[in-house]
Amino acid sequence: MKGSIKFGIIAATLASTLLLQGCNDDDNNMQRSFNVEVTNLSHQQPFAPVAAVLHTSGYTGFSRGSMASNGLELLAESGDPGGFIAEADSDNRVLNSVSGTGMITPGGTETIIVQGNSSQPRLSLAGMLVNTNDGFVGLSDVDLSGLNIGESLQLHARVYDAGTEANTEAATDVPGQGGEGINAARDDRNFIAVHPGIVSMDDGLTSSALDASFRFDNPAARIIITRTQP
Amino acid sequence: MKKHLTALAIVSSLSAAPAMAQDLDIKITNLTNAIYFTPFLVAAHDKHSRLFMEGSAASSNLQAMAEGGNIAGLSTDIQAMGGNVVENPAAGLLAPGGSTRFILMSNKDNRHLSLTAMMLPTNDGFVGVDSIKIPKKRGVYTYYLKAYDAGTEANDELLTGGGAPGMAGIPADPGGYAGMGGSGVTGADHNSMIHIHRGTQGDNDPAGGISDLDSGVHQWDNPVAKLVITVMGKHKKHDDDDD
Repeated sequence: MKGSIKFGIIAATLASTLLLQGCNDDDNNMQRSFNVEVTNLSHQQPFAPVAAVLHTSGYTGFSRGSMASNGLELLAESGDPGGFIAEADSDNRVLNSVSGTGMITPGGTETIIVQGNSSQPRLSLAGMLVNTNDGFVGLSDVDLSGLNIGESLQLHARVYDAGTEANTEAATDVPGQGGEGINAARDDRNFIAVHPGIVSMDDGLTSSALDASFRFDNPAARIIITRTQP
Repeated sequence: MKKHLTALAIVSSLSAAPAMAQDLDIKITNLTNAIYFTPFLVAAHDKHSRLFMEGSAASSNLQAMAEGGNIAGLSTDIQAMGGNVVENPAAGLLAPGGSTRFILMSNKDNRHLSLTAMMLPTNDGFVGVDSIKIPKKRGVYTYYLKAYDAGTEANDELLTGGGAPGMAGIPADPGGYAGMGGSGVTGADHNSMIHIHRGTQGDNDPAGGISDLDSGVHQWDNPVAKLVITVMGKHKKHDDDDD
């Protein structure tokens, strides 16, 4: 215990020394680049294009218990990450925001590259589960400042409910079943919660277009973040 | 999160020190309501070998474990790669609420820990962990384990005795809560890679319905098991100064 505190102080001292040198030397020493590898671990819930945001402290893409932004509502109800990314881009604490190139199918993987100029970078990401009303897989505010070049951090992401659309599971409301995307009405509890899961027609939800194969448990995604040479 | 990064930093600061053989005190507890674990395979191995990997296809020996509880092939594979193993520490099934505690002796090159056991009654569900970095410092470390689907067999939830790889059906329900006469829950898996198990569907009709399993008994949410590793370092004194 005493040892780790000592280590922590030494590390902090070293870090600030390096930081000062970095600033004197060349701003490029604060340039950070990360590969964000997203693997879909669900059974039958493709992810709509995932939005990955590299930012500094203070930016919040989403927060459990809080109301979803309009951009997050759009992302979670329709799969379109555009509004979420636009909101990020208008925040001066955001270093870089990138949309994945397409759907990530169950068992599939996409690597998204984010870059920025900060020694204290953090990562948030979100992507819709398309066979839900307003469910999304997400990570919020992951501190990446301790990663050295070549080091990786493996995390698992759970599924959240944006709280903006009732979980009818009806074909008309679920994009993966041909349903509508965004609906500006907020007819659910209007705060972000851990997703309660799919009920399905097999469990007696008569409005549901989903059978038991669309169910999921947490985590729904594995995220491997690797710091690379910028 | 922060803790993880600190651990990374500490590990790298120690990497110059010579690694030593280690006795690991391991305890596994079944946290489910009515799911039994078949005999565990627990292995210490190097970073190049593994028992399974999320998002990748199951090996045929992983499939044999997940569909029928047979760990012989997986154990041979990991030992051929230089791994140290403990097989079947619970001496049979590990019942809901039960735990097993045992010692795994690992040699100095085997810095990662993996384990697997089939979950009964499921078609190809297993509890597992892939390549935990074995902690070096003395202490008690707790991990919570997830249920995986091997992606190799349709989850029909029919208790038709299929335990051989490639044969449909669930081999057994050791708890004796299952019904019979179900019509079958689903067709083939939509994710043929190893993924997070979506859970048991079940129904409340013991003599029919879609599933032979009971929706009020056989369901679970992650985590399904607790793993506690106690590291008993070689040096009993001056340990605090090591780092």
